[in-house]
Amino acid sequence: MATYYNPEDLGKFGTIAEAAPVLGEKFFDYYGAVFAEGELSAKEKSLIALAVAHTVQCPYCIDAYTHDCLDKGASEAQMTEAIHVAVAIRGGASLVHGMQMKNIVKQLEL
Amino acid sequence: MAVGTTGNVPFEERVNEQDKYTASELSVLQMNLGRVCNLSCKHCHMEAGPARSEVMKRPVMESALLLYKKYGFSTIDITGGAPEMNPDFSWFLDEACKICQHVIVRTNLVILGEKPYDLLIRTYAKNKVELVCSLPHYLSEPVDRVRGEGTFEKAIEILKKLNAVGYGINEELILDMVYNPAGAFFAPPQGVLEKEYKEKLKDEYGISFNQLFVITNNPVGRFGNFLMRTGNYESYLGRLEAAFNEKTLPNMMCRFQLSVGYDGKLYDCDFNQAANLTIKTGETIFDLLKKEYEPREIRFGQHCYACTAGQGSSCGGATD
Repeated sequence: MATYYNPEDLGKFGTIAEAAPVLGEKFFDYYGAVFAEGELSAKEKSLIALAVAHTVQCPYCIDAYTHDCLDKGASEAQMTEAIHVAVAIRGGASLVHGMQMKNIVKQLEL
Repeated sequence: MAVGTTGNVPFEERVNEQDKYTASELSVLQMNLGRVCNLSCKHCHMEAGPARSEVMKRPVMESALLLYKKYGFSTIDITGGAPEMNPDFSWFLDEACKICQHVIVRTNLVILGEKPYDLLIRTYAKNKVELVCSLPHYLSEPVDRVRGEGTFEKAIEILKKLNAVGYGINEELILDMVYNPAGAFFAPPQGVLEKEYKEKLKDEYGISFNQLFVITNNPVGRFGNFLMRTGNYESYLGRLEAAFNEKTLPNMMCRFQLSVGYDGKLYDCDFNQAANLTIKTGETIFDLLKKEYEPREIRFGQHCYACTAGQGSSCGGATD
């Protein structure tokens, strides 16, 4: 195996269902339903997916949802803003844990 | 979430026997008046621009008008380049409007802000010509990136002038827009994007229009060269093929039209014209005048997947 991540594997994603077809079918049905037009538009869902893809740092998902966002008519500015939402939550989640640090410091310091 | 899966099935093998032929009657006579244009858009399949010199001459136009009547077409669809820059454009438009109730001109808008072409706005309105305008986005950045700096602002000014004479407002003056993706990706669903266009153009600029036509970029001409140069060609064709939708086949535009090149050569569509793929018989407009209409076998290539991907694509937008 030359690399853990091969771009061509993305196109073969569906074959993951071969060894467990019942679970595979349930997952892909669910997956398709999640991204259909609903209370949120398909474009809004694609932007959320792009932001989450950067949070979980999945190169397959980043590739797929960059394409998908463009296909849905999203601009690069909208996509960048979506990523900043993920970044803000991710950074904020670290920073807000500073409250634990502050509490411990407060308890220990004279 | 498939990206770039390539099966490389020849397009022709996807088409059933009936859809390999034109319909029993043709409706659209598409006239490409030449490659000359005031713009050099990055996605232009005709590779049109100011440096091009090919223009349709009167003998071809006269033959096309005769063929229109002989074959019983219902629409004359005039395109280019910028068709307005053909020296015989006004004459042809006048003659076309005398014999045809539905004349379409595909305009890049920007040309209508330049002299003497600015006078055409009144001519179009007087003759109730349907205008199909290139506006590849409602935002300025992608438009200026694809069509040239400042083109969005100029297009918006012309759209305001068209609204002022009644286009997009008076029901007899039809103003349609065309969206092309500004890169190697697909278009959003036509209905969804039309709603966005209408809201944004109305709210930002007070502009009204009738319909939005969403057109998939065809991998030929200048856009095809871009795909090759950037290493996107295989993946783009693979995505088109993966998105093949057989429900679009009966409505492929090539089944209902004849595309006339500037020199009288004939094509099944404007994209075949860009790819220099004439109709299978190789006949010209002058040859067809000597015979009655018979359904012709359409000449397909791998680029035809652009018209059958997802919601389908044609000069009149989505086909599914």
